[in-house]
Amino acid sequence: MILVVDMNWKKDSLAFNEFVMPITSVIEPFEKCVVKHFSEITFADLEACNKVVLSGTALKDHSTLKQLGRFDWAKTLDKPILGICAGMQTISQTFGVPLKTCLQIGMAEISTLKENPLFQGNFKAYTLHNFSVEPSQTFETLANSTKCIQAIKHKQKNIYGVLFHPEVRNQDIILRFMKLI
Amino acid sequence: MRLGILFSGGKDSTLALHLAGEKEEVVCLITLISKNKESYMFHTPNIDMTILQAEALSFPLVSVITEGRKEEELVDLEKAIAEAKAKFQIDGVVTGAVESVYQASRVQCICNRLGVWCFNPLWKYNQKALLAMLIKRQFRVMISGIFAYPLDEKWLGKQIDAQMIDRLVELQGQYGISPSGEGGEIETTVLDAPMFKQKIEIIDHAVDAKGNSGVYIIKQARLVAK
Repeated sequence: MILVVDMNWKKDSLAFNEFVMPITSVIEPFEKCVVKHFSEITFADLEACNKVVLSGTALKDHSTLKQLGRFDWAKTLDKPILGICAGMQTISQTFGVPLKTCLQIGMAEISTLKENPLFQGNFKAYTLHNFSVEPSQTFETLANSTKCIQAIKHKQKNIYGVLFHPEVRNQDIILRFMKLI
Repeated sequence: MRLGILFSGGKDSTLALHLAGEKEEVVCLITLISKNKESYMFHTPNIDMTILQAEALSFPLVSVITEGRKEEELVDLEKAIAEAKAKFQIDGVVTGAVESVYQASRVQCICNRLGVWCFNPLWKYNQKALLAMLIKRQFRVMISGIFAYPLDEKWLGKQIDAQMIDRLVELQGQYGISPSGEGGEIETTVLDAPMFKQKIEIIDHAVDAKGNSGVYIIKQARLVAK
């Protein structure tokens, strides 16, 4: 079972259909998934799942970045995590990585910098973000655009972040994440 | 949150209005009246009906006319959203975008410049499920434009029902058309929906069709009690 974390500013928000449902609709034909709002994640939810996907949010929604303590579980969870957009920003901040202002809206060219199991080569992806992350000792950079870092992986853990939205274009990235052990 | 709906009077923007109204406070409708029938951004058949639809919904309408030239119409859209922000203090805008990254990202850019939220509650929605939701919620949606083979003038003026959805899904399999008209294959006009306080009755119309392209033009309509 995959736990999909709703990262929107409140539970059952108007942004749920836009940022959470497209992810569950990719996962559900292949595997059961359970959606929980970030404010309601419990130890039992994390125990029950085999992977976690953190959704993106509306461009003006930075609620999770003000509540980083709610994501401390990511530091100890020994299961694959994929943070999408706000999910990547939040996970990075949880590990102390600074954000960097970087506005991108629309299709962007993504270049893979390091071999990884989720994607390869150059491809176009849908972006919608105000911030990216700074290079760090904790995460390696997997891909970038002409403007900023677009994908990262924790150096020791199976924690991935993509700033672009694979649920909009490049859904195969989510499918490959589902196959990670 | 106070929201303005980018409203064309078609099924997607009207459904987006209903979904937004269930979560937040809708305070106005925003319509771009494009003089260009081939507009990349804006629905055109029967766009004048938005005046009557806004009255049926009891929402104020911010309406801006655009020549519909590719990038200039975005400047006009920005003016319309800015006007809605000034007049109605909207915090955000809602669109009926389903698949078009072109439309969605341009509205996102405008909202970002104006400092308002942007919501797309139908984004990536399964097209058959979207059409079925219209029926379930008792929307009366009329086909007001057809622009793809094998659609012809027999479709114009028909209301979307379960049988039509099945036929559209069949045509998707046979000809690759988008059942909900995401590729511009069909345009629609909403005559009634749960939030309408009155419904629209068409008094006079004309059909202008040739081959697989045509429009159902509402020449005269009125509001009647539900």
